[in-house]
Amino acid sequence: MAHEKLSMAQALNQALRDAMRADERVLMFGEDVGALGGVFRITDGLTAEFGEDRCFDTPLAEAGIVGMAVGLAMNGMRPVVEMQFDAFGYPAFEQVVSHVAKMRNRTRGKVTLPMVIRMPYAGGIGGVEHHCDSSESYYAHTPGLTVVAPSTVSDAYTLLRRAIEFPDPVIFMEPKKLYWAKEEVELSAGEPGIGTAVVRREGTDATLIAYGPSVPIAMEAAEAAAAEGRSLQVVDLRSIVPFDDETVCAAVRSTGRAVVVAEASGFASVSSEIVARVTERCFHSLAAPIRRVTGFDIPYPPPKLERHQLPGVDRILDAVDSLQWEDS
Amino acid sequence: MTTVEEQLLPSAEPVQLVDEHGGRHDSPQYGMPAPEALVDGYSQLVQGRRINDQASALVRQGRLAVYPSSHGQEACQIAATMVLGEQDWLFPTYRDTVSIISRGVDPIETLTLLRGDWHSGYDPYEHNVAPQATPLATQLLHAVGVAHAARLKGEDTVVMALCGDGATSEGDFHEALNFAAVFKAPVVFFIQNNEYAISVPLARQTIAPSLAHKGIGYGVPGERVDGNDLAALLAVLGSAVGKARAGEGPQLIEAHTYRVQAHTNADDATRYRNDAEVTPWLERDPLKRLDAYLSGEGLLNDEQRAEAAAKADKIAEDLRVGLMQEVSPDPAELFAHLYATPTPQLKEQAEFLQDELSREEA
Repeated sequence: MAHEKLSMAQALNQALRDAMRADERVLMFGEDVGALGGVFRITDGLTAEFGEDRCFDTPLAEAGIVGMAVGLAMNGMRPVVEMQFDAFGYPAFEQVVSHVAKMRNRTRGKVTLPMVIRMPYAGGIGGVEHHCDSSESYYAHTPGLTVVAPSTVSDAYTLLRRAIEFPDPVIFMEPKKLYWAKEEVELSAGEPGIGTAVVRREGTDATLIAYGPSVPIAMEAAEAAAAEGRSLQVVDLRSIVPFDDETVCAAVRSTGRAVVVAEASGFASVSSEIVARVTERCFHSLAAPIRRVTGFDIPYPPPKLERHQLPGVDRILDAVDSLQWEDS
Repeated sequence: MTTVEEQLLPSAEPVQLVDEHGGRHDSPQYGMPAPEALVDGYSQLVQGRRINDQASALVRQGRLAVYPSSHGQEACQIAATMVLGEQDWLFPTYRDTVSIISRGVDPIETLTLLRGDWHSGYDPYEHNVAPQATPLATQLLHAVGVAHAARLKGEDTVVMALCGDGATSEGDFHEALNFAAVFKAPVVFFIQNNEYAISVPLARQTIAPSLAHKGIGYGVPGERVDGNDLAALLAVLGSAVGKARAGEGPQLIEAHTYRVQAHTNADDATRYRNDAEVTPWLERDPLKRLDAYLSGEGLLNDEQRAEAAAKADKIAEDLRVGLMQEVSPDPAELFAHLYATPTPQLKEQAEFLQDELSREEA
């Protein structure tokens, strides 16, 4: 495919289109995904191209959407559903936890559920209440689910194609504030596979570990640190479950210092899990305790206060500065 | 031209073709099932009763962890399965063991869940029987999905989705009926109203005139049937399956029956109801009633009774013998069925457990 300048939203749309062209079992449904093309336009034009049977609006009911997807997957389809916003997905939580996550296990591998639950997630877009949760920890904590969060246009395309082909249910978290970020990309349905982290920026002094919407902030912080003479490495998880211990730990060992950056509240979260895992494996390579820069342990704030919640470059640099440097 | 009420509302009284004394009542709408079906149904009822009673006994002997008996509800269980074709699907709840066995699933595999070996002991695709659902009403949405997929694939599959009266209070019940109606999915929602959700009576679940009336709000035709009358159940459920198969969309059937035993062996039913309430229901027993009717019609003789009893004896013996065998589920299975490819984290944990087990043995 030729190099094009695409937004993440366009890349996701293209991924759905290509997946539906490649496999007629792929169905896309949810709220407002038909004629409107989704509130973020991720499903734009799919009903026009594939018809009402392949991309369709449902009644407004999240448990219904996910529960019906379970049955469709049981009977040979490959459903991709959209939860309109992260925080609208909770009515479907029982279906996700009790059935989506457990069906393969309950039935000793006889019934598998290849399905994708897409949801626009996290903040930074000035959304009002109930539009900007970071709910990845709930899903990551549930055995049986695969959880991914792309941070680049190219990964968004590839990971969604891989998620749709994946033999198990995938929670696909789309960072809202990156929907309009554009990149010149060549779309590929090949690598990366789900379960692989990537070093986005090489560095020797400390490692920033981030995923989804926090990756560009971590990259910005690394850029700023470089101007001050400190070389920061940035690891992008891409896949929260499965977790790529190998890449993350190799990165941390190479620098001996680490900061985890995430938008979600820090308590009992994916960020706490990362700190625990890395500490257990890399303790003797660490020159300082691992620090975290996360959201406060509060409900997602109203738009005029959200900048206080989101990890920013200064907080990251302050955390890096606190990593017990010999020269400080 | 029929009114909305005529199209969607259930009959004023539950449909009954055979009364509690075995007397025949003809219905203008529903014909009496063929004698062969009723005799076959009688034999299955005898087996169903024996499965219930044997399983309850096995709980007392510690061979099953728990058994939610459907004693007294066997007509619903048997009819739900008898009206289905091979390509159709059954979505059972935890109380529908008899229905699953009636569908052809191996009895021991059916009881794996309640024995505690694994969550579901059978392959759902072997007989098109979904795993038994413990959360209430969640499986009704899966039933809609299976039916919708069948429609998209051009198959004439019908899905029989079972639930109890308690489940009708859940949000997923509402969403399932609504989705099925909007997508015209071939699903028969079959409520076995046995008057109690553990200890809570129907009056605390709803003040609707009947549970079948709930269909009108979704545009789904509702019907009520005597749940202890196998003939009426076969007629009403059979008609609903026929309509769903013919493309008329989902159907809602409420059977009026009664849970004559406790919710499970862990429940003390005397805390919330008394004998005066239970006793009249024993008189409406589906088995005695069908026996009386068939005998009166000259359709059932002692030889057939003995044959049915022998089949029931055999199944009870198989259950006793099968469940006496000590089983030790393989701990490695704990990690085997989460993902097509286990995550590195699960591989590590499986190795850890294996190591722990080998040290136990040493």
